Amino acid sequence: MDMTPIAEAQRASPPPASPAADDTAPAVVQGLYAKRREIYPRAKIGDSLALFQKWRWAAVWATQLVFYGLPWLVWNDRQALLFDLAARKFYIFGLVLWPQDIIFLTAILIIAALSLFLFTAVGGRLWCGYACPQTVYSEVFMWVERRIEGDRAERMRLDQSPWSARKLAIKSAKHGAWIALGLWTGFTFVGYFTPIRELGAEILRLQIGGWSAFWVLFYGFATYGNAGWMREQVCKYMCPYARFQSAMFDKDTLIVTYDTRRGEPRGPGRRNADRAALGLGDCVDCKLCVQVCPTGIDIRNGLQYECIGCAACIDACDHVMDKVGLPRGLVRYTTTNALNLGLSREAIWRRVFRPRVLVYIGILATVFAALVVAISVRVPLKVDVIRDRGAIARETDDGRVENVYRLQVMNTTERPRRFVVSAGGLTGLALVSEPAFDVPAAATASVPLRLQAPADDVPAGTHKVQIDVVAQDDPAVRVTEKTTFLGVRR
Amino acid sequence: MSDFSSVFWDYYILIITVVSVVGCAVFLWTQSKTRVAVGPDGKVKTTGHVWDGDLADYDNPLPRWWMWLFYLTVAFSLVYLALFPGLGTKFGGLLGWTSTGQWQAEVKAADAKFGPLFAQYAAQPLEQVARDKRAVQMGERIYLNNCAQCHGTDARGARGFPNLADNVWFWGGAPEQIKVSIVAGRNAQMPPMAAALGSPEDVTDVAHYALSLSNSTHDPVRAARGKEKFAACAGCHGIDGKGNPAIGARNLTEGGWLHGRTVAAITEGVNKGRYGVMPAFKGILTEPEIHLVSAYLLSLSQSPGATAPAAAPAK
Repeated sequence: MDMTPIAEAQRASPPPASPAADDTAPAVVQGLYAKRREIYPRAKIGDSLALFQKWRWAAVWATQLVFYGLPWLVWNDRQALLFDLAARKFYIFGLVLWPQDIIFLTAILIIAALSLFLFTAVGGRLWCGYACPQTVYSEVFMWVERRIEGDRAERMRLDQSPWSARKLAIKSAKHGAWIALGLWTGFTFVGYFTPIRELGAEILRLQIGGWSAFWVLFYGFATYGNAGWMREQVCKYMCPYARFQSAMFDKDTLIVTYDTRRGEPRGPGRRNADRAALGLGDCVDCKLCVQVCPTGIDIRNGLQYECIGCAACIDACDHVMDKVGLPRGLVRYTTTNALNLGLSREAIWRRVFRPRVLVYIGILATVFAALVVAISVRVPLKVDVIRDRGAIARETDDGRVENVYRLQVMNTTERPRRFVVSAGGLTGLALVSEPAFDVPAAATASVPLRLQAPADDVPAGTHKVQIDVVAQDDPAVRVTEKTTFLGVRR
Repeated sequence: MSDFSSVFWDYYILIITVVSVVGCAVFLWTQSKTRVAVGPDGKVKTTGHVWDGDLADYDNPLPRWWMWLFYLTVAFSLVYLALFPGLGTKFGGLLGWTSTGQWQAEVKAADAKFGPLFAQYAAQPLEQVARDKRAVQMGERIYLNNCAQCHGTDARGARGFPNLADNVWFWGGAPEQIKVSIVAGRNAQMPPMAAALGSPEDVTDVAHYALSLSNSTHDPVRAARGKEKFAACAGCHGIDGKGNPAIGARNLTEGGWLHGRTVAAITEGVNKGRYGVMPAFKGILTEPEIHLVSAYLLSLSQSPGATAPAAAPAK
């Protein structure tokens, strides 16, 4: 681990929460708990959205349109996406998953985890910076905050000012808007697990069920608390991914980083002055990169574990470099190796396809292909054959051996179906119970099954037989189950 | 709790729990008062232990609200232990909650929900309930959970366990008689009769005669000889072999041979006797439940497929 750039960066940077680093009066002691210092990230960089700001907002729109919109889609006269926990059925558009299909969920989770590993190995904390709900909701909540309280400077002034009617009004408006947003998020979240239209109607009639109400409030409160109050603390103190990502990092991973060699020694200088002659690097020490940082770090101290890779500092620095007439990219997405070895763009690209990344891609592609194949060959019928435990085998009056089974038949489609059962695998084996039966839509039926065979053909002991269940309207919907037929000792 | 009858274990649990909670609170309090020195370079004086290249003690304070969260968990645990029985069985908790009580409450709620339905069927005569499709389904579910272990999931029994889906009833097939069999149970006893019959040859002869009564495969010569000896059996099974439902003596003229329709099975029964027990379900099932199971069985024996003692193969 200590070979990773993160670990190096952590060593190189001063302790993150040491108050002595910033306060004017140096403390001689500190506690094991410290008051959190509010961070006022500056949003406005230029007159229009900067490059990575645009990307972040695009990610916000993309993820939130999906999140808020999906539960409202309709499919086959029901909610297109519904995880009905009470009925233990997951509806995903045309697909109905039953508890027996949990393997698909496992595959999806494996794909999600491996994708995260892959993106992290290649592009660093892309997830954290652009797609993580914590980042996305913080971004949205900060937007609301700016609309009501103003940007960094106004917010700092407001927070330092004494309480007044105006301050109270502004703060109430902000928290009111946040809570409304949080509750809508909670409502949407619960709408994935209980039909959202009925849930909405219940809320309007004030007849919402206890558990639904609890989860709406709980998730709403979590959104409000995490995106409004906790923000970067979630990443710094709670998120395990922030801490184990260094296992995926290497020196060819893209990180947001400051080009120390080009930037140092930093110092302000007159526009168009010959900085080289003054003995200065390109960093004009405007501190804009610090002001825009949502986690309150200084990227010039190197890569730090607090950095969520949002690239706000890149936008800020590029803007300043444009203004002072220096080339962009003093803070940029690059790799540790590129910085140390002076690699070209092409060389960085070539190093993307290194063994670690190829292994991630290989496993990911395999699991993905397996999932696609498994879902496409999935038969919407499940049959369990349960041998009767009470009556092991019986003899009929006309000298035949009879075995009793119970078929547990699950029709996983959304229309009622008629199935026909047949048995084979043993000479003279005959089905004596009703061969056809109906199963309602997305329901389970328990069907008794009696098989008989002439006693002369069935010596005492276990015989392998198979039971076929096939949909009457579609021969492709067929399940063959193996079971045993017991002979009687005479 | 008889395993923990000594009061020692109550105090053992109580002391461990309380000391743990209080210990956590005290530790938290000392930690919140702990101060670490900050050197002139602004860096915290750590313990000197470094793990994994860069991890050290003291140099990364937790946010203060986190400390309050810890205190909150302590407060929560104390409130919880006061309300619920977490301090051993002696201190039941202020809410008086028990798992038995919760179960009873759930049963009560279920009774309140389903009780009227059961009561509705319980008030109807069995013949009427047996025609009600939903009642029969309810009866089947009760049957599967309580009766299928012996009589099979299709109620067609097994060797030694009567077939309930045909119309052969050892103790009488009237609806109320079926119900009595379930409520009070049955003890069927066939004493060993070999001594009364005579030689093993005589026993075999009687077995052939018994088989002949239901037109089963038998040796007519032996059956004719056995008829004379059958008088010893007639006390229970009757002169005509039609049995006596009052004492569970089988009607030998119909099918439903419980232990096998062979000479070997019958001679074994005559030589050693047979003893069968149907346990009483009173107290295991409620009266309305037994009513529904009876209706289910009645519906089976009344169905067209049940008229033959043992269903002939469909193919």
